[in-house]
Formats: sequence, C-alpha cells, structure tokens
Amino acid sequence: MIVTDPPASGPRTAFAPNWLARLGWIALAVYVVYAGSQLGFSAARFSTGLEHGHRFLARMFPPNFGRWELIYDGILESLQIAVIATFFGILISLPVGLLAARNLMPAWVSWPMRGIIALCRSFHPIIVAILFVKAIGFGALAGVMALIVASIGFISKLFAEAIEEISLKQVEAVRATGAGFFSILIMGVQPQVLPRFIGFATYQLDSNLRNSTMVGIVGGGGIGAALFTAYQRFDFDVVLAILIVIVSLIMVAEIVSGWARRVFQ
Amino acid sequence: MQAQVSSLASAASQSDDSRALVLRGLRKEYRAGQPVLRGIDLVLPGSGLTAIIGPSGTGKSTLIRCINRLVPPTSGEILFRGQDLAKLSGRSLRSARRRIGMVFQEYNLVERLTVMENLLCGRLGYVSAWRAWLRKFPAQDIARAFDLLDAVGLPGFATRRADALSGGQRQRVGIARAIMQEPDIILADEPTSSLDPKTSVEIMEILNRFATERNIPVIVNIHNVELAKRFASRIVGMTGGLVVYDGPPQGLSEADLKTIYGGENWME
Repeated sequence: MIVTDPPASGPRTAFAPNWLARLGWIALAVYVVYAGSQLGFSAARFSTGLEHGHRFLARMFPPNFGRWELIYDGILESLQIAVIATFFGILISLPVGLLAARNLMPAWVSWPMRGIIALCRSFHPIIVAILFVKAIGFGALAGVMALIVASIGFISKLFAEAIEEISLKQVEAVRATGAGFFSILIMGVQPQVLPRFIGFATYQLDSNLRNSTMVGIVGGGGIGAALFTAYQRFDFDVVLAILIVIVSLIMVAEIVSGWARRVFQ
Repeated sequence: MQAQVSSLASAASQSDDSRALVLRGLRKEYRAGQPVLRGIDLVLPGSGLTAIIGPSGTGKSTLIRCINRLVPPTSGEILFRGQDLAKLSGRSLRSARRRIGMVFQEYNLVERLTVMENLLCGRLGYVSAWRAWLRKFPAQDIARAFDLLDAVGLPGFATRRADALSGGQRQRVGIARAIMQEPDIILADEPTSSLDPKTSVEIMEILNRFATERNIPVIVNIHNVELAKRFASRIVGMTGGLVVYDGPPQGLSEADLKTIYGGENWME
C-alpha cells in the first residue's frame, strides 16, 4: 500500500560494519602479546621445561598399585563427599535458584538472592575448603561443606537462568485456569526446566567428583591427601596409579550422567 | 459520558441477564499517558459467540486479557456474575479465574506434559499443588478428560506429549483444557490465527458447539472477518482502543469495515 523509497544517496550496504567489535578484537590481541612479554616466556625456558617434564613422566612408569587399600579408601571417601555435597547442594539450590529468577520473583527478592549466589561463586572451592578446615577441623565434613557452597554458587545460577528462559505463554495458560503459585510451578514451570535441571545436576556431580579429589590437599578428606603425600615423597608411580583411578572414576560418572539425561529427556 | 454509562447499566438490567458480562469505562495504559484501551463500554450477553474484530495492535488481546486479569486494567469495571473482576486479587481472583476458560493463539499447552496432564491443568484451581505433583487428580476429573478428548476428536491421545501434536490437534487440546474448568465463559484470543483455513473452521465449530451445549458465552478475538460473520451472533469492531461497531453480523457493512480497518484497497 505505502511503499517507502530507499535512501537516495550512496550505495546500499547489506551488512553494517561493527567498528566497536573490531576495535575490541584488536585490543584483545594487543593485550595477549603484551601480557606474554611481561610474564617472561622464552624458547629456552620452554625447552628446559620439556626436559624436566620428560624425566618426571619417565619416573611415573609403571604405575604402582601396591598401596591399593590406601587408594581404595581415599577414592571411596571422595565419592561419598561428592555425592553428599551434590545432593545437599542441589536441594538448597532449587529454592535459591527459583527465588533468584527475575521473571517469577519481584526484584527485592531476586537481587539479594543473586548477591548470595555471587558470594558462593566468588571463591575457588579450595579456598572455601581451607576456611571450613580451619572452622570445623580436618576431615570429610569440611570437604562436604566446601563443595556444597561451590554447588550452590554454580547450580543456583544455572537454575535461575533456566527458569528465566522458560516460555511464559505456557505459564500464562496455567495461571489463567486459576491455579495457585505452587500449582503453576509444578505444572507450568517444572516440566519446562526439568531436563535442563537434570543436565546441570549431573554436570555438578561430575564437577564435585573432580573437586572432591582436590579438597584433600588442604585437609578436607578424600583421595587428595594420599595424592599430595605421594607427590611430596616423590612416589611418582603411586601418583600415576591414583591419577588413573581418578580418570576412570570421572569416565564412569560421565557414562552414568549420560544415562540420567536420556531418561529425563 | 455519565448518560452513556447509566444507559449501559440499564441495558444490562433490562436484558435481565444475570450471566451477562458488562464492561464499563475499561481503560488500559501499559505506559502512562499511552492508553491501549480508551474506555470500553460493552454489554455482552450471557450466551452466544461474540467476535471482536479489528486491526492488529488495537487492543483486542489486551481487552480479553483484562477480563481474566492476565493483564491488570488501569481503570474501569468488569462486571460478571455479581462481581467486579477488576477489583479482585489473590484468592478471590484465582477463584474467579477458575470459572473463566481461555483459549490462546499459540495454544499455550505445556509442551513437555502429556495431553492428559494438559487437560488436568484445567482443574488446578481445585486440586492442591501437592496432589497435582503426585498426579493424584480426582477420578471424575480424569474420566471427564477422556470424554472431552473424544468430544474434540482426539480419542487415544491422552498419553501423547503435547509437543508431538499438530497445530490443529494442539488447539483442540487447548479448548478441551478450557472446558475442563467447567467455565461460565470462554475467552479465545485469536484461536485460529496460526491454523489453516479448514482447521480454523473446525476449531470455530468446536468452540461454537461447546458454547451452545453449555449455554455459556464465548468471546473470540479474530482476524478473519468471514469466519467472524459465519459463527458469531454478535460482532464488536474495535479500532484505536475504542469500540466502533457493536451489533449483529448482518448489520456489518462495508462502510463499517472501512471504519474498523481503515482504507479500502484490501477489500477486493
């Protein structure tokens, strides 16, 4: 009906150049080169490093499973730490994530919750583990607590984001039937987010498994203590044995979480 | 203005229809000073299908959503079954919504739930969240859901997931969900706009059938003037947030359509 004429002057451009983005990329490249030069990387340093690495690797073979009882106890404790921390971490993250979702909650609820999540995320699990070891003493409990904090920081944020991405049309339809808030959550929100929640939860279990092998280094229980001791005693063949066990554990976890995701598709 | 309101009120009382829906001076401003609805006065009878026509962006959806308060009106009254819906909140609003069925343009089924679960969503106003979670719905609700699936032509679809259905099938589920509420009125927001012409007619037929069987009013926003004329017993034409035509479909002239949609090139 009404045809608007194209602007008369100049050739037509199909794709507008984004100068700000180009500038950003150039700035990033310049900074990487600058930072590299500041940290004193050099070819000579690199080749001596390779030599050290070669000797270190040579001393690892063959792996020594002679102390398998120690390894077994440690890995079992790590597994327990990871599972317990994931369970309680997710249990706490469900309400925290919901309260932090800006599409379902008023700003005065979601912003403080986002603050708590940011606080949980701001420190590496190892630093949190050190705090808990100091506060409640050596052992698995400190490791569990540290990983619960880490899980809350990570999972609640992902939960909140998953909830913020749901289709509000489906929620609107459930609300229009006169359903109360919790009924809306159960029939309108939960079906939309459940598969992603399962994905995040299995990912967190995976992540907690890896971190649970590490909290032991600072006294938080698990295989980490044995690993650290073996390093310090230069028993590199035992180190390799422990590393192989950890790698297999992570692989098994990967397979199991793949199954879980498929079930809740 | 005052005279108009009182005449509307008397019109409602004259028709002596306690089931009528009366809108008085309904205004909605999403942003202050920019009204989408500029004072709607309507008396819709307690039965029959009313079609609301008008160009996109003229406030038809907003009007329908104001009635069940998915959109809060800025001012005005919405009188239905002895209540001013505009004044309700919390529990009383939810219990009013239980008796207002709604059908959506994009069906708005919960995609990852089965057809049966979607239908039972229509009973959530009566079933506790806990029982809904455990799927412990009353047996008569489930029996009724099966009956309704037969009635909308989807027997054997109960355990299919909503995201496996075609558009027409989804809209049938959407209508069945609204009927599950045992509504006193059905609001349908562009129920046929995402469907092909044949399916559109089928969907309008189903809506019309339920309205007649249950003797409840249906208010339908619709773009297709032909469909509106064919099924509606009453047509409301809106433009620019105001009602510019309100009468029987036979009375809708080309001049009226020109007022509603503007221009005339589109009317071949």
